[in-house]
Amino acid sequence: MARIELENVSKVFGNHTALKDLDLDIADGEFFVLLGPTGAGKTTTLRLIAGLETPTVGHIRTNGTEVNDWSPSQRDVALVLQQYSLYPRLTVRDNLSFPLRSKVRNASPAEIAERVAYAAKTLRIEHLLDRKTDRLSGGEMQRVSIGRAIVREPHVFLMDEPLSNLDAKLREAMRTELKDLQMRLGTTFLFVTHDQVEAMTMGDRIGVLNHGRLEQVGTPHDIYRNPRNAFVAGFVGSPAINLLSGRINQGRAIITPGSFELPLGALPQAATGEAVTFGIRPEDLHIVSGGPVAAQVHDVENYGTEQVVTLRVGATHLRASVPAQIAIRVEEQVRFGWLPDKVMFFDGQTGVNIGRTV
Amino acid sequence: MGTVTSAQQKLGNRLANVMIVVALIVFLAPIYWIGSTAFKPRNLATTVPPTILFTPEVSPFVKLFTKRVQLKPNEKVDYDNAPWWEKIVIDGGERISRSGKGEVQLSGYPSRFLNSLIVAITSTFLAVAMGTITAYGFSRFKVAGEEDWLFFILSTRMLPPVVVAIPMFLMYRAVGLNDTHIGLIILYTAFNVSFAVWLMKGFIDEIPREYEEAALVDGYTRMEAFWKIVLPEAATGIAATAVFCFITAWNEYAFALIMTNRKAQTAPPFIPSQVGSGLPDWTVIASGTALFLLPVAIFTFLLRNHLLRGMSFGAIRK
Ligand SMILES: Nc1ncnc2c1ncn2[C@@H]1O[C@H](COP(=O)(O)OP(=O)(O)OP(=O)(O)O)[C@@H](O)[C@H]1O
Ligand SMILES: [Mg+2]
Repeated sequence: MARIELENVSKVFGNHTALKDLDLDIADGEFFVLLGPTGAGKTTTLRLIAGLETPTVGHIRTNGTEVNDWSPSQRDVALVLQQYSLYPRLTVRDNLSFPLRSKVRNASPAEIAERVAYAAKTLRIEHLLDRKTDRLSGGEMQRVSIGRAIVREPHVFLMDEPLSNLDAKLREAMRTELKDLQMRLGTTFLFVTHDQVEAMTMGDRIGVLNHGRLEQVGTPHDIYRNPRNAFVAGFVGSPAINLLSGRINQGRAIITPGSFELPLGALPQAATGEAVTFGIRPEDLHIVSGGPVAAQVHDVENYGTEQVVTLRVGATHLRASVPAQIAIRVEEQVRFGWLPDKVMFFDGQTGVNIGRTV
Repeated sequence: MGTVTSAQQKLGNRLANVMIVVALIVFLAPIYWIGSTAFKPRNLATTVPPTILFTPEVSPFVKLFTKRVQLKPNEKVDYDNAPWWEKIVIDGGERISRSGKGEVQLSGYPSRFLNSLIVAITSTFLAVAMGTITAYGFSRFKVAGEEDWLFFILSTRMLPPVVVAIPMFLMYRAVGLNDTHIGLIILYTAFNVSFAVWLMKGFIDEIPREYEEAALVDGYTRMEAFWKIVLPEAATGIAATAVFCFITAWNEYAFALIMTNRKAQTAPPFIPSQVGSGLPDWTVIASGTALFLLPVAIFTFLLRNHLLRGMSFGAIRK
């Protein structure tokens, strides 16, 4: 059980700043997801907490105690690394029991057997126990890695994209399994992913990391509905949010004067006449016969319950998700509108959400 | 362009096989020569053209392991109570000495051979152990001036050994290390360790750090992680490095010739010393050489499984 705090942490590799002024406070027992594109510094953050790297500046605390100088084994974290780090010469069983055999834990053989059996059952790898790890598939390796973490009772679980190599079905099952595990154990989880669906479905809170900076920390709902800037808005949500540059004029959004104008609801304080980026989620766009803007259907992707329609207005493309039963053909002429209340406003230069309600 | 028909492929394969056979003949011919000469009667050793068919004899080996000693006047040899090796020697060889007053004793070869084994094995072990630990340090930790250190280590191999032989000899004599096992061991270890560091660094660099990091997080110390994780993974590299170091130490001639003369003399300077004056007996030289080749062959054979993977220089499967 642990609260993990990072205060003003920066990490510089040579002349490359991987993390800049990171402040993070993960509550005891929280399922915290760190979300960000590749190279954002997610792995670096985990390694700092695990003690495999030392911060260039800043403080790392567990339960209020500074642990900057503690060795990895003192920190008592369980880490699932992004690249599988299974011990290649050992069987799956020996891999799972390896952490329990260390001098700091020194578990009895009976306890080891029991915990290994439990982990293997949870992760459905019982049939693999006596295999060598170097012949396992990527997904099997990942499950063994997770198993090696959950045989212990660490302060905190650090997981670096542990589900990235699983097929869709298994991934979904493992999401539930991990979430269950976390609830049952009540242990703090720090879960790294670049998959926003994973983040949204699993996280109590999400931290969005980009270029070594924490863009926003909040609940999944908060991140989705109230993103702090255009990056967060664009990174979270699938299909991605539509971002349209334009201006506000007389309470209307002007994207292309004359042909591409839409009504707006409540306006942000600033910004009449200034360059603004309008953000609208695909589910908040509606294809209706009396809609204010004419468009051509560029593409239709069917996902079963819904279909994602790409609309073309001049050179601009927008995506709308509409129920699957509505018949839409490619190159068809349609009209559409949006829900004015759902429109987000981002500063045209900085990308900051100027209409954010906090 | 570039289409390879199966006929062309077959031709290519056949050509490759022929080339392998030719290469094998070239490489194995000297070994055959040594091996066959070691069993030839003395008068057939130097015939031109070489004699291929002959009745093999063990007399060269008998001569290799024996020496004739002139008995002092009145000296008696108690053949019945002689040690077993002397009995073997006497039974297998000719009763010698024209005057009949000679005695046959064990030659210097076995002890030189033993010296070679002691020196080569010990120095190989030391060089590989030190090289592995040093390479691990260079590979895993930030070392100030790493490039310079590594270059310095390598640079110790750039000087031809003969250049330092005389000063080394004087130094060794001053501290009493000449003609000692320790002296040769230190010398060969120092000589091989630079090589071992470079070779092992390549192998250890290939072992993902994640393995050790996982062990650290799992509650092990760095030393434990090194023993339990890194060493088993580096076995291939260690085997390859050990073979190279062993061959170098085993075959070393120049220093052994200068630094040793009796007690700690190794086989390489001893074998040619047996050429002696007068007509050299090439069969004895050949038998000594043939035996001398064996340890390296055995050592390499024992490590062959590791070597096959190790010779591709650190291509460890992730
Ligand atoms: N040991 C290192 N030396 C130099 N640069 C590093 C090192 N580790 C990470 N970096 C750099 O720091 C940045 C952040 O890396 P990090 O591995 O944390 O990204 P990430 O968010 O985990 O990305 P991914 O999703 O691809 O795993 C990258 O630009 C990376 O190249
Ligand atoms: Mg990463």
